[in-house]
Amino acid sequence: MKAHNAPAAMFRANEGMGLWEHRGKVAAVGIGHSPTARRWDGQPETSVGAISLLALRRAIEDAGVDPAAIDGLVLDPTTTTGAHWPKGRPVPAEMLNAFAATDDPLDGLAQLSAPWVLKNMPELSGVKFAMHGDGCMTRAICVAAQAVGDGLAHTCLVLKAWHNYAGRYGQGGASAGDALPGNVAIRALWGTPVCYGTALQFAEYCRKYGKRHEMMAPFMENSRRNGLLFPEGYWAQHRPEEITAEDYNAARWIAKPANLLDNDLPIMAAAAYLFTTADRARHMRQKPVYILGHASSRTRTRSMTATLDEVEADTARTARKLYEGAGISAADVSFENMYDGFTLFHQFHIEGLGYRGLKFGEALDFYQTDISIAGPNPVQPSGGNIGCGRTRFWMHTDCIQQLQGRAGRRQVTGVKPEVAVSGGPMPMGGDFMVWSATPG
Amino acid sequence: MKQGVAPDELTRPFWEAANAGRLVIQRCAACDRLQHPPSRRCGECRADTALEWRQMSGRGVIQNYAVVHDSPVRLLQADQPFNVAVIALEEDSDIQMYSHLPGTPVDEVPLGAAVEVIFEATANGQRVPEWRVVGAEA
Ligand SMILES: [Zn+2]
Repeated sequence: MKAHNAPAAMFRANEGMGLWEHRGKVAAVGIGHSPTARRWDGQPETSVGAISLLALRRAIEDAGVDPAAIDGLVLDPTTTTGAHWPKGRPVPAEMLNAFAATDDPLDGLAQLSAPWVLKNMPELSGVKFAMHGDGCMTRAICVAAQAVGDGLAHTCLVLKAWHNYAGRYGQGGASAGDALPGNVAIRALWGTPVCYGTALQFAEYCRKYGKRHEMMAPFMENSRRNGLLFPEGYWAQHRPEEITAEDYNAARWIAKPANLLDNDLPIMAAAAYLFTTADRARHMRQKPVYILGHASSRTRTRSMTATLDEVEADTARTARKLYEGAGISAADVSFENMYDGFTLFHQFHIEGLGYRGLKFGEALDFYQTDISIAGPNPVQPSGGNIGCGRTRFWMHTDCIQQLQGRAGRRQVTGVKPEVAVSGGPMPMGGDFMVWSATPG
Repeated sequence: MKQGVAPDELTRPFWEAANAGRLVIQRCAACDRLQHPPSRRCGECRADTALEWRQMSGRGVIQNYAVVHDSPVRLLQADQPFNVAVIALEEDSDIQMYSHLPGTPVDEVPLGAAVEVIFEATANGQRVPEWRVVGAEA
């Protein structure tokens, strides 16, 4: 079976589209996570392919469905943003022996495809719909939600996985070369790390609103504290270390005003969800979590890097789309799990949403109040990438688990978990979800 | 030192102009609109037929900056930390270019200051537009 990238029409990128036509009719009913690791140890059983299969099987088991009854699969084929398999390096023989191969030998090693998953999970004998949502777990979720709503599949797996190799992230390839192609050089000649654009926007934010980098410290402490309560996460599994304000303020600069801790840690991990129709969900093992809507931002930056004005206009637009599609307002949101990799843009997301009435420029003051899972205003109860490692999926797992009441020691206690928002990655350019404990 | 440049079809006019000491920016004649980075289509009307290259005055202002302490680019790592500023062009302040601001001390960037374009050689001899604060020492 071939799988194509999702067409643009599956995403709700415009204002004025009204309620999502499948509001409350698609539900998440299963979650599966692989163990995490900092880097690949070279063994087939810990490859990105293997951990993907593990996460998928765990999601199926969690939902208590017969694998043969699953008819849809959506995944993100990209499994890194900066750890690339060197051109020409042969695929290890162990990998070739361990898995059924597709015509692309990097599948399962440095990327994924739906055909590769289906070849290596023969129990998924009933899959008739397979599609790629390239870029992020959130994008794959949008595609799967839309597919189930549209009737392209009734029981659909969603997968996102990450690999990481030895060596410094992002420093191979073009960065190590002596010359760049002209179109790349226009941006890349200045040697900026990936967090540079966010650093610029944060610098502008601090000047405009009179804020300081140190004001981010309570957000960092809260994120890692929550992450250490996430047993599926990297920091909880491997390095149970809190972040103190002193740690944060002493961290070395990467692109000042973004420091090392403002950058999330690349890891290996996979997560999968099982989505189905609200009707079918009622008869499954787990309490269903309903999708009220999804929205996307496809706004193009005018020039090199979005200015603060461009970012704020777009986050406000995203919130209008999201609330319009879900039929809710900011006041209905129990808690937020917007993206945090990089930390210095989390405030753009939640100010755009008007979370707890926040206006532009107010989030860093909000961070100085009680933003814990025990208080009335939880910020990122998942801990996000800062609390759990770079995957861009903790936010969604946490929303589902919180609304099911099975977030364990991370369960929010200061609010009744009814409606949650999550999504990203960038404040300008991403995909976003509204989850609900009831169909609405 | 900056990495060298291998001009591609899309950006060759930009690089050839830089070697001749001129700053050119792509413009859509249909929209009378500048765009940078260059693209095969106009970002506004999406047309690919009305794009041309227009010479700029080479004047701008410093709009924003960050200080890079940990660059992924090997050839620049010896120069860390260094400024990377955003220059807004005089012709259209929404059009931005990056600059290392040669001559400006690290993290002492005068926001809003006037700058003028200069042309700097990269590792393979290709020249690249750079920016210097007006009135600063060369
Ligand atoms: Zn045009």
